[in-house]
Amino acid sequence: MIELVIRLCGISAILFVFGIFFFVFREGAGFLFGGLNLREFLTSPEWYPTSERHVRYGVLALIAGTASVTVLAMLLAVPFGIGAAIFVSEFCGNRLRETLKITIELLAAIPSVVWGFIGLTVMNPIIMEVFHVPIGLNVLNGGIILALMSVPIIVSIGEDALKAVPDSYREAALALGVTRWQLVYRVLLPAAKNGLLAAVLLGVGRAVGETMAVLMATGHSVNIPTSVMDSVRTLTATIAAELGEAPAHSPHYQVLFIIGVLLFTITFVINLTADLIVRGVRGR
Amino acid sequence: MTSPHTAPQPSFFQKTAFTRRKERSELAARIVFLLMTLLMVLPLVLILGYLLCKAWPILSIDFLFTNPRNGMRAGGIWSPLLGTIYLVVISLLIATPIGVLAAVFLNEYARENWFTRIVNLAVVNLAGVPSIVHALFGLGAFVLFARLGKSILAASLTLAIMTLPVIIASTKEALAAVPLAFREACWNVGASRWQTVRHIVLPNSVSGILTGVILQVSRAAGETAPVMFTGAVFYKAISEGHLFAYGLFDQCMALSMHLFTISTQVPDVPPALPYGTAVVLLGTVLAVNACSIIVRLRLRSRRKW
Repeated sequence: MIELVIRLCGISAILFVFGIFFFVFREGAGFLFGGLNLREFLTSPEWYPTSERHVRYGVLALIAGTASVTVLAMLLAVPFGIGAAIFVSEFCGNRLRETLKITIELLAAIPSVVWGFIGLTVMNPIIMEVFHVPIGLNVLNGGIILALMSVPIIVSIGEDALKAVPDSYREAALALGVTRWQLVYRVLLPAAKNGLLAAVLLGVGRAVGETMAVLMATGHSVNIPTSVMDSVRTLTATIAAELGEAPAHSPHYQVLFIIGVLLFTITFVINLTADLIVRGVRGR
Repeated sequence: MTSPHTAPQPSFFQKTAFTRRKERSELAARIVFLLMTLLMVLPLVLILGYLLCKAWPILSIDFLFTNPRNGMRAGGIWSPLLGTIYLVVISLLIATPIGVLAAVFLNEYARENWFTRIVNLAVVNLAGVPSIVHALFGLGAFVLFARLGKSILAASLTLAIMTLPVIIASTKEALAAVPLAFREACWNVGASRWQTVRHIVLPNSVSGILTGVILQVSRAAGETAPVMFTGAVFYKAISEGHLFAYGLFDQCMALSMHLFTISTQVPDVPPALPYGTAVVLLGTVLAVNACSIIVRLRLRSRRKW
């Protein structure tokens, strides 16, 4: 009896993943198969879901918004995240390492709405001051906030990857008289390449899926950004901002669920790839 | 006059230009990596300090125990605070048994095969699903399909599923830390698998499981998007000082959403108010996390095996 319950709980994760896909898809399916021009949906940058005369659902600008913020966040977070992972795993003593790991854990625990609030109240005036722009809620703001949010995951997974490199590699290199830096550069980075890549991918997944922080920090205009000072709107922020106002089961409402399916698919592929890479490392 | 003792020293241990260059690059690397790490740690300290300074004038016991008043432009945060407590506790009650048993299955029952692999993959992917997609799922499945309506129950169920992977992962780690010899000793006296789990494995890993549960609390308390469309509302006044002011099928306010609302949706909010809310939210989450870290450190120092 109890075994049955345990088995049921064991497969619950599978049920929930399918359940999520099923229910989100179910709400959007009606419009996906009846009325939505899929080609226009994916290639048009015109998002006017509430226009009276000519309703247009094009998510290209939203995808561009998500992509621009994510790319900028990764440009900042990857070097710093990997650098910090290297420092924590190779360059510091035990005490300092424990302290830093705890700090990173706390950094990871800050809720996204608080990050958004920081973007709104701290970053916004700083960006306006430094770059002399009329509004500081833009790609740069969102990118910095997202970078700070995804750095902890890159550090912790990256550190695991470096730790997984066998000590015999280190010993062999040190016996040849290399310095720590040479050891890191010539031995550890090549050996932990896949694990570090997985860390970056998980960071990307986190950045793509982040909602409240980008909703509050990137400004609120649907356009394809041409510079980091442009305001954008991401896929996640669009759902969060418009779902409350869209009448239930209207085309607009269903399109938001279709965007949800799109997001689910993107993060699913990213996570799957990261997982396959990590397992590949372990299998070797 | 030169004595023979000051004759040129043997040069075996003197640094050559090559060694010096190596040391310089070593030092440079160390400093660069240290700076990178500090640049990551620094924001945490600065942000905490800044928020605390800004919120200082408003923080008081009254702030915690009075409802928001005057269109959320005055008063305290009692109603959202209690709402968050409800959401966290109920989601915890749902997620903990399922999560712990799922981890027991993965660690104690499942064999290494393709099915277990898929379950693990599902856990990883569940952890990676964006919070807004969880919100859509909660809306589609609990609010509409299960006809729970926008309610505390629907929001808690959504949060529970969202935080399930956290509990599964940390419980699995705690269970794996119990040595195999304990289990073998138990099997040898004729105990079944479940008896072994119940009497040996779980008692020996309870603090590790607790760590995961505490982490789940902090995660659930901070989430905004999933509760926004499944149970949380902009404003709802409840009786002050009454712990059971919400019912299971009521809508509630939530601290995270309250912060979002007063910092973006309501005009003319006195600036200290959102800072105060942010500090209470952040303080709760960080305090809960600190608890989990302390439990873990004590556990590690006390472990006998």
